[in-house]
Amino acid sequence: MDTAPTTTQGPDEPDDPETAAAAPPAAGNDRFSTVQSSAEFGELRRAQRSFAFPLTIAFVSWYLLYVLLSNYAGDFMGTTVVGNVNVAFVFGLAQFLTTFLIAWWYSRHAAAKLDPRAEALRARLEAGE
Amino acid sequence: MTGMTSALQSGLPLAAGAASEHRTLIITLFSVFVAATLAITVWAGRQTKDATDFYAGGRSFTGFQNGLAISGDYMSAASFLGIAGAISLFGYDGFLYSIGFLVAWLVALLLVAEPLRNSGRFTMADALAYRLKQRPVRTAAGTSTIVVSIFYLLAQMIGAGALVALLLGASGEGSRRWIIGLVGLVMVLYVTIGGMKGTTWVQIVKAVLLILGTMLITVLVLNKVGWNISTLLGRAAEESGKGKAFLEPGLQYGKDGTTKLNFISLGLALVLGTAGLPHILIRFYTVPTAKAARKSVNWAIGIIGAFYLMTIALGFGAAALVGSKSITASDPSGNTAAPLLAREVGGGAGSTGGAVLLAVISAVAFATILAVVAGLTLASSASFAHDLWANVIRKGKTSEKEELLTAKIAAVVIGAIAIALSIFAHRLNAAAVVALAFAVAASANLPTILYSLFWKRFTTQGALWSIYGGLISSVGLVIFSPVVSGNEKALFPGMSFDYFPLGNPGLVSIPLGFLLGWLGSLLSKPQPEADAKYAELEVRSLTGYGAH
Repeated sequence: MDTAPTTTQGPDEPDDPETAAAAPPAAGNDRFSTVQSSAEFGELRRAQRSFAFPLTIAFVSWYLLYVLLSNYAGDFMGTTVVGNVNVAFVFGLAQFLTTFLIAWWYSRHAAAKLDPRAEALRARLEAGE
Repeated sequence: MTGMTSALQSGLPLAAGAASEHRTLIITLFSVFVAATLAITVWAGRQTKDATDFYAGGRSFTGFQNGLAISGDYMSAASFLGIAGAISLFGYDGFLYSIGFLVAWLVALLLVAEPLRNSGRFTMADALAYRLKQRPVRTAAGTSTIVVSIFYLLAQMIGAGALVALLLGASGEGSRRWIIGLVGLVMVLYVTIGGMKGTTWVQIVKAVLLILGTMLITVLVLNKVGWNISTLLGRAAEESGKGKAFLEPGLQYGKDGTTKLNFISLGLALVLGTAGLPHILIRFYTVPTAKAARKSVNWAIGIIGAFYLMTIALGFGAAALVGSKSITASDPSGNTAAPLLAREVGGGAGSTGGAVLLAVISAVAFATILAVVAGLTLASSASFAHDLWANVIRKGKTSEKEELLTAKIAAVVIGAIAIALSIFAHRLNAAAVVALAFAVAASANLPTILYSLFWKRFTTQGALWSIYGGLISSVGLVIFSPVVSGNEKALFPGMSFDYFPLGNPGLVSIPLGFLLGWLGSLLSKPQPEADAKYAELEVRSLTGYGAH
């Protein structure tokens, strides 16, 4: 009987500093700094940034390449591929294709590498570690 | 009297002739849509009790529902009327809009949607002000939210104006005001009664209608050309009178060095604008988790991508089957190309099939405009009430009731602004005007969003420099651009203060926004508790801990 109240009190307690932290962050913030410098959080951050940042640079460059080619390589873009379909058209459709592929790829990455780590950390925070 | 009516009838342009005979049908279809969506709104209004319901639809939507709603919020008059018009007149150059509007979603997916969902509650400023000084940052973000939304609203009213002119012809000036007023009224009702829940359902219904309508036209166009894209392109090139050049880049932007820079400017604004659009960003708050936000963006990419692929059929179809002469005769910027195409594939002017399809597609276009306008009104009135009123003017001392009342009053005011803007709703292409909203969003909002989420050293001064710098430079450059004055197609064709040569300011204002955010941060001292605040934001945004 004695253990029951303590276990219910456990998860309740961290709620207090949490709601207090929402207004003037005081002691509650230390928890975030501790989590932020933990190895697990470092892994989560790395998994997110090392995927999203290079990929963003890649697709923006790929898109700008298309914009620049349209501007300064008109002859090349006008080259016939088949019938009335030219390189410019194929380039445009390729942008659609890569967008769909990147969205799909990111979702797979997030489900495998980000979600489990985020969930574990969140559970730890919620348990008031 | 009889003399006057006959004069009016003979004065009706071709475009209006066939349409006006079937005006009843158009009005019926549109009334059904308005009645149905208002019923949904009233139903949603009954379930809207607190601020979370009003601003974020109770966070009760699924990823798929929100994906549809995002699509409905995003595919505006610019996408439907503007892109079809731009492609039908300028061929391949118009297709840049479709590509840029789609690729832009990756920025939102990879960098913004999930952390924003985890760290904000109701408005864009919630996430931006998280680790910075609340009041100045909210003021800045709230201001830029309203400015971006007004640019976007202008584009929608241009679309509405073009449609009304097409359907009612020159005789319709009185009816035009009446209809625009009605659009304004309905949208205010959606927002004030239904809040985010009502607005979301309106956007879902609209997205479904728009996709179905576009699919129908696409099928009919492809059927006419024997399901051969190459034939379609060939006929479009032939009818355009420009030949092969119609299918190559450069027709609109290839003239000289300046127009080429304008193309880059536009391209940059399109790809970086989406993730800074307030009315899109607040949609991420309508789902319960970051995972659901990701799912909704994925659905949106699929739906929006499919739609933009079909703009090929709409645009080149209009060029091939309607012809640029009839298109520019109806609207000089091509905004009515899609409905004209609908009439053509339905059997042509004067045929029943043509009139029915024109009516259906026009009703879909009106629905499109209404849903987007409602989303914009909600975003800007929410930002006014939640950021400017509750947190800045009243310093957080308002009751929730007062804040929501303020939001509703703001929605009415913004509705009035939209109606007033419709006076200027001529001559410009809706997609080009939306691209300006994208440029402002990419210059004023995106740098602060990214810095705030990912850069530890970012400071309040950096945010203010970036938001105000991006806002003032982008809007300022638009004012001094050829869009506003100096030529026949400008807003004020009679004046000329077009000192800045580019039609889109993105090339200058976007890098400036990023530069100012960086410089402003480095030239200021971080607040004493900055590290701890960033730790909190970073942990919350990545883990979803404590997300509302």
